[in-house]
Amino acid sequence: MIGSGILKGMAVTARNFVGSYFDKERLITVQYPEERDPLPENYRNFPFLIYDSDDPHAGLRCVACKICEKECPPQCIYIVKSDDKKPDYMGKPQFYPKVFDIDISVCMSCQICVEVCPFEAIKMDKDFELSKRERFDALLLRKEELSKSNQYYHKIHPIEAAAVDNNLADAAAAAEAKKKAAAEAAAKAAVAKAASSAAATSATPVKSAPAAPSSSEASS
Amino acid sequence: MTATVETLEAMERPPVTMGPRIEGELLEVSMGPQHPSTHGVFRMNVALEGEIVRKLKPVFGYLHRNHEKIGENTSYLGSMPYTDRLDYFCSMTNNWAYALSVEKLAGIEVPERAQYLRIILAELTRLQNHASLLGFLLNDMGAWGTPLMYAFREREKILDLFESLSGSRMMCDYMRFGGCRCDTPSGWIEQAINIVDRFPRFIDELEQLVVANEVVIGRTQNVGALSRELAINAGITGPMLRACGVNYDIRKVDSYGFYPQFKFRIPLGEHGDTYDRLMLRVLEMRESLSILQQAFAQIQPGPIMNPKVKIRAFRPPVGEAYGRIEAPKGELGFYLISDGGPNPYRYRVRPPSFINLTVLEDLCLGHTVADVMVILGSVDIVMGEVDR
Repeated sequence: MIGSGILKGMAVTARNFVGSYFDKERLITVQYPEERDPLPENYRNFPFLIYDSDDPHAGLRCVACKICEKECPPQCIYIVKSDDKKPDYMGKPQFYPKVFDIDISVCMSCQICVEVCPFEAIKMDKDFELSKRERFDALLLRKEELSKSNQYYHKIHPIEAAAVDNNLADAAAAAEAKKKAAAEAAAKAAVAKAASSAAATSATPVKSAPAAPSSSEASS
Repeated sequence: MTATVETLEAMERPPVTMGPRIEGELLEVSMGPQHPSTHGVFRMNVALEGEIVRKLKPVFGYLHRNHEKIGENTSYLGSMPYTDRLDYFCSMTNNWAYALSVEKLAGIEVPERAQYLRIILAELTRLQNHASLLGFLLNDMGAWGTPLMYAFREREKILDLFESLSGSRMMCDYMRFGGCRCDTPSGWIEQAINIVDRFPRFIDELEQLVVANEVVIGRTQNVGALSRELAINAGITGPMLRACGVNYDIRKVDSYGFYPQFKFRIPLGEHGDTYDRLMLRVLEMRESLSILQQAFAQIQPGPIMNPKVKIRAFRPPVGEAYGRIEAPKGELGFYLISDGGPNPYRYRVRPPSFINLTVLEDLCLGHTVADVMVILGSVDIVMGEVDR
């Protein structure tokens, strides 16, 4: 019968209309500013810089190596390296960025800066309500606006942040162990040297013989 | 592939009579680039005789943004997020095509889990592309928002999957040469299985809505028929070619990825008209569902990235490679020439919708202006890919 196809189509429309009142799957929209869908863990928007502890300057992980600036496909990152150095999370003196700007009107949220960063210093934010009234440089984020604490990172990406913290702790522990081993080796070497020099002054060459292998052991 | 509904005599197109006018006078109309039905900034210069199209000249380039030249000045890794912006409906397949050509260029192996994930993501992309295309096509026919909203509702669920996997709904930037960027979050596969299991309900409803609908049949059957010879000669690929009855699917022909291990059929049309193109996409969605179910059954935990691949400062050996995949719109290929440096020497995209658009005039001649919109909708273009 002509028109039966249209009637069938109308039945589908009616089913969807009525279903939207009862079936959650047929009405998946939310009333946005009041209701919000939770963002998934992996959601990414624009990059930000992480600092440890409470001081955004002293705890900033970025060492101004400029890898992200070089790899950024739309080249929205601008970094000026500092003249002096400050200690990083492992206590090693490192450079820090004097200027770190990200033009988020150019950034395309590709996450490549996060992937290439060897210091876990830059991560993706989840804040998407960024419209500004100013026309010109309001979307050019400076270092002060970009720096956010590690606690904030834990809040927005809990699983990823825990993994990153573990990695950093492992790296710090490894560095600490290495440092300790080196210090011990140095101490042992010093002891051995002292012993051997003491032995040398007492002019008993038999005594200095066991000291030599121990020092080579420590250094290896 | 014809509907089981008797065709209406009255629905046959009546001869267009325009009253007295000067014979042979053509009116040139510029449709677009701001026309709502041109799927972006696409413009057609049509010469009309009454309401009948006598000449049609596509004009594009309004969205040109130097994609290929940017690719030649960016590192191999840096081009990956740009490929998302080609066909912004199917960023996952764009990523795959680019990754595939770089992998061919540098001879990189891809781990098994990444291969399965790529197939899952490509078929999910096909589902959401075809669903939204059918919605847009019906929208162009005058069904206004209804089928489009139903299609977008289903697409939204797939985009949510993409978002929880890659972090972004449309600009996924998920694949890398030698695998994928990150592993699936816990529960992702189950969520995807759930969505795929419920997808047939949408296809059934869509079929009820359109397949036997007299208006759809009247607007699409025998409209914009493409002959087999012309399709082959013009280099048409994808659903448009298969709607003419040519059995050519790169998943079968080129058997990239793990596709040879999957059992699926290639739906073929017969007449090559708009109705066949529409229905072929419905059938392809069903085949995609079967591929997805097989992939979900076979995927195993494992590494997702080839550990030998250096993402940063990646320099493939000197050579050239052409990697192609069956994107939802047709053959999507990336042709790369490497001179051993960090950037490709030549970076060329073979975009399916641009090449499928070349026969637009042949499809539209002799039809009315209203049909031009339907035909253009059935070609399935995305201007991001046409203009690059």
